[in-house]
Amino acid sequence: MSNTTTETEQPPAPDDSAAERLSTAPVESDGPTGIGPFGWARWMWRQLTSMRVALILLFLLSLAAIPGSLIPQYQNGQGQLKVEAWKAQHATVAPIYEKLQLFDVYSSVWFSAIYILLFVSLAGCIVPRTWQFVGVLRSQPPAAPRNLTRMPVHAAWRTEADADVVNAAAHRLLRKRGFRAHLSGGAVAAEKGYLREVGNLLFHLSLFALLGGFAWASLAAGTGGKLMVQGEGYSNTITQLDDFNGTRFYGSQDLDPFYLKLDSFTSKFQTKGDQIGAARQFTANVEYYAGSDESKLKKSTIEVNHPLEIGGSKVYLIGHGYAPVVAVKNGKGEVVYRGAVPFLPQDGNLTSTGVVKVSDYGVGPDGNKTQLGFSGFFLPTAPLSFEGTGPVSLFPGDAAPELVLNAFAGDLGTDSGLPQNVYQLNTRKLTQLTQDGQPAKARLKPGEGWELPDGYGSVTFEGYKQWASFNVSHRPGNSIALVGGVLAILGLIGSLFIQRRRIWVRAVPLPGGGTQVELAGLARSESAKIAEELAELAVDLQDDAPASEDEDDATETDVPEETGAPAAPDASSDPAVPADQNSKE
Amino acid sequence: MQLASAVDPQLADLSNKLIYSAMVVYTLAMFAHMIEWTFGSRGAVAVRSKEQSVTLAETVAAADAKAAKKVTVTVAAAGGGTTTLTRTAVAGEGATVVTSGRGADEEDGPGAAGTNERADLAGRIAVSLTVLGAALHAGGIVFRGLSVSRWPWGNMYEFSCAFAFAMTAAYLVLLASKKNVRWLGLPVVLAGLLTLGIATTVLYTDSEQLVPALHSPWLAIHVSTAIFCGGAFYAAFIATLLYLGKDSFDKRIAAGLTTGPLGTSASIWRRLPAASTFDKLSYRINALVFPLWTFTIIAGAIWAEAAWGKYWEWDPKETWSFITWVAYACYLHARATAGWKGRKAAYLALAAFACWLFNYYGVNIFVTGKHSYAGI
Repeated sequence: MSNTTTETEQPPAPDDSAAERLSTAPVESDGPTGIGPFGWARWMWRQLTSMRVALILLFLLSLAAIPGSLIPQYQNGQGQLKVEAWKAQHATVAPIYEKLQLFDVYSSVWFSAIYILLFVSLAGCIVPRTWQFVGVLRSQPPAAPRNLTRMPVHAAWRTEADADVVNAAAHRLLRKRGFRAHLSGGAVAAEKGYLREVGNLLFHLSLFALLGGFAWASLAAGTGGKLMVQGEGYSNTITQLDDFNGTRFYGSQDLDPFYLKLDSFTSKFQTKGDQIGAARQFTANVEYYAGSDESKLKKSTIEVNHPLEIGGSKVYLIGHGYAPVVAVKNGKGEVVYRGAVPFLPQDGNLTSTGVVKVSDYGVGPDGNKTQLGFSGFFLPTAPLSFEGTGPVSLFPGDAAPELVLNAFAGDLGTDSGLPQNVYQLNTRKLTQLTQDGQPAKARLKPGEGWELPDGYGSVTFEGYKQWASFNVSHRPGNSIALVGGVLAILGLIGSLFIQRRRIWVRAVPLPGGGTQVELAGLARSESAKIAEELAELAVDLQDDAPASEDEDDATETDVPEETGAPAAPDASSDPAVPADQNSKE
Repeated sequence: MQLASAVDPQLADLSNKLIYSAMVVYTLAMFAHMIEWTFGSRGAVAVRSKEQSVTLAETVAAADAKAAKKVTVTVAAAGGGTTTLTRTAVAGEGATVVTSGRGADEEDGPGAAGTNERADLAGRIAVSLTVLGAALHAGGIVFRGLSVSRWPWGNMYEFSCAFAFAMTAAYLVLLASKKNVRWLGLPVVLAGLLTLGIATTVLYTDSEQLVPALHSPWLAIHVSTAIFCGGAFYAAFIATLLYLGKDSFDKRIAAGLTTGPLGTSASIWRRLPAASTFDKLSYRINALVFPLWTFTIIAGAIWAEAAWGKYWEWDPKETWSFITWVAYACYLHARATAGWKGRKAAYLALAAFACWLFNYYGVNIFVTGKHSYAGI
């Protein structure tokens, strides 16, 4: 992604290929690309892999991600419900939004198009760059430019030492400083900081690993949901799960086999202050075994941040609530129903709603076969009066539990063979029982019973249990994404913090005796301290190439003047480089 | 059901008082900085000339020239000029000393106080007050944590307090390491006050235990790195703004005008560092923080995997973290591309910071997602 075609801050060395950019970005010519479909394709490819287009795509990607954060999404937690609610509120625009895939932004055609183009652009840039970098590693650092004192950072002095000795010393010193140095043709060429490019390539390549992890997860992941009342257990099969979302490579037949039982559930809540009712602890105590070997039964706990791993699946605690235990007797006093029925929380204080379906009631008071249905509220902490508020719980803990019930008789529709929502009553063929002309209703405390009107028998609120719901998730590709993420950070650190720079040293015998020593440095990174580094090197080098006396004199009168340098007429008080350059760093 | 308690109300109360005290002290520091800026404009703005600094360096260098190895490195500067760096080593001793620093491309201004002594005194008082305020502030955060025996960033109030502290502390650390950043004092103190003001009025929640979703060691890792990134991004934002301002000012001066942008006084801009200094500082901070921000997102993803079963769910907070990340990535790429350098890149940095701000305040207040804990 760094085909910097527009780069103008090239170091001022117009006459020398050695001072080429330190970036290994492929060099592009903006010349004519020819005509015909091939030419066009080449032009398009060049555009796509150019930095400008990559930047635009990146920018588009961030723009395109915005609507998904403001409009409810199908794929988020409880997305389906939220989307339906939103649609009901915004009936006019909803169909347009649906067409534009605005409820499914992150798998929409347009969002996918942007990131796929971006990754193609990335590949088109990174792959050639990798090869080029391999080439750079296999060859020597580029030879010294002819005129070192025209480089942006340079130093020069005269010495009486032999030129070859100085060059050899420079070669040795650069090696010692960790440079890759190469001595040839009376000059030393050295380069350091290759890890910058390694980091850069690593970062961009690891993005592909991240994408791969994402893709693998979306092809081979599956999640199921299961709600269990205390004391219940289940085997992880499609028939016993409440719901299951599979993918191409993880269907209902691939479910990891295990058994899980909810022993008990602990919840703690804030009891005072302005956060009263806020949850403080949820712990599900469970028993489980992987496979089908019951003897390997183990105990464990599942908490919000601590899923349980069984086989290839992880079990997450995602919800909890209360399940009132209700017993129903018919007119003859026979128990026709007894069980714990999970009620679903409607608010933070766990005001819960639910239904009890008595499908095997038998014969009603009128002599016909009938069924009973109850709908109602469970309030863990009921107020003294419902006046003005309706049945609303005051606190999520079970400080004053009450069950509020309405009764219906008739046909529940359970025999029709159609699947039914266990949390809703289909009242189409049901009649609400009445008492004194009012709908029959009861508020029950644990242990209390309710004599139903018209001789339908009685209901007893025997007690209640807690239930917990779990998400059973099989997600491969996590480790790929994690490795990708870690490598991305390492790559970033390399590419942002390591400075790549080149240093050249040339010692040339002067016609009048003595040796001219020239050093030059080139760094392209923003925060490179190339001048300081060059100065350190030069000071070290003066052990082997002490400056001549007259050089000192020159320095004392003015800023160093490289008099006598064969190829460096510029005094440093003048612009070392003509105004042809706009180098900022 | 059991009852959760374990809150020490006395410590919590002490924490609140410390935070309020810190706000008072910061306010005093703000006034002191304002006095510094006001008095500073009365003194003549002396701009060190390059000639002067070179002469000084040469004098020092000449003094020990006899016994020293000495090298002068010439550096081509922007605009065609050059600066030099001289390094000498005392013969026989091995140690090397830089006797003249590398000349800046452009001269930095002398700072808020200018050359006025009273302004300088006010500035010193302001810094001392900021140190005191930061100490009280730190105490407030520590006691908040102690009152509930957990990391003190479980809700937006606590997060904001920690964020404001991270910002102030970063500034003080730079100051302590002899960096020329006293000009940052006023914006930092202002931003700290603003953040604390919003925290104590709009976002305040009593010190309490955490919701189960936050019972994780990742709270310490993910949230603290997010706090640090926020503070650093903020500092870079100030530097970017000042870069744009100073750059405009330089252009206006070059065009023959006598005031800064938006009618600001030229004296303010003259006392500030050079535009290139701001630009470099902003880039360096952003480049330094970007890997850490990447880490924050990845740490969040790991936590999400443990808490919600999916490491990435496009929750609004996740989405905006991603948007912020991409925006900063844009900026870093733009900096590396010539056509986007300078003002264009600076605008990108501003946009990226706007994303960060929205991610912090906007997402928590206007959008409901899974990052809503304890009210807000």
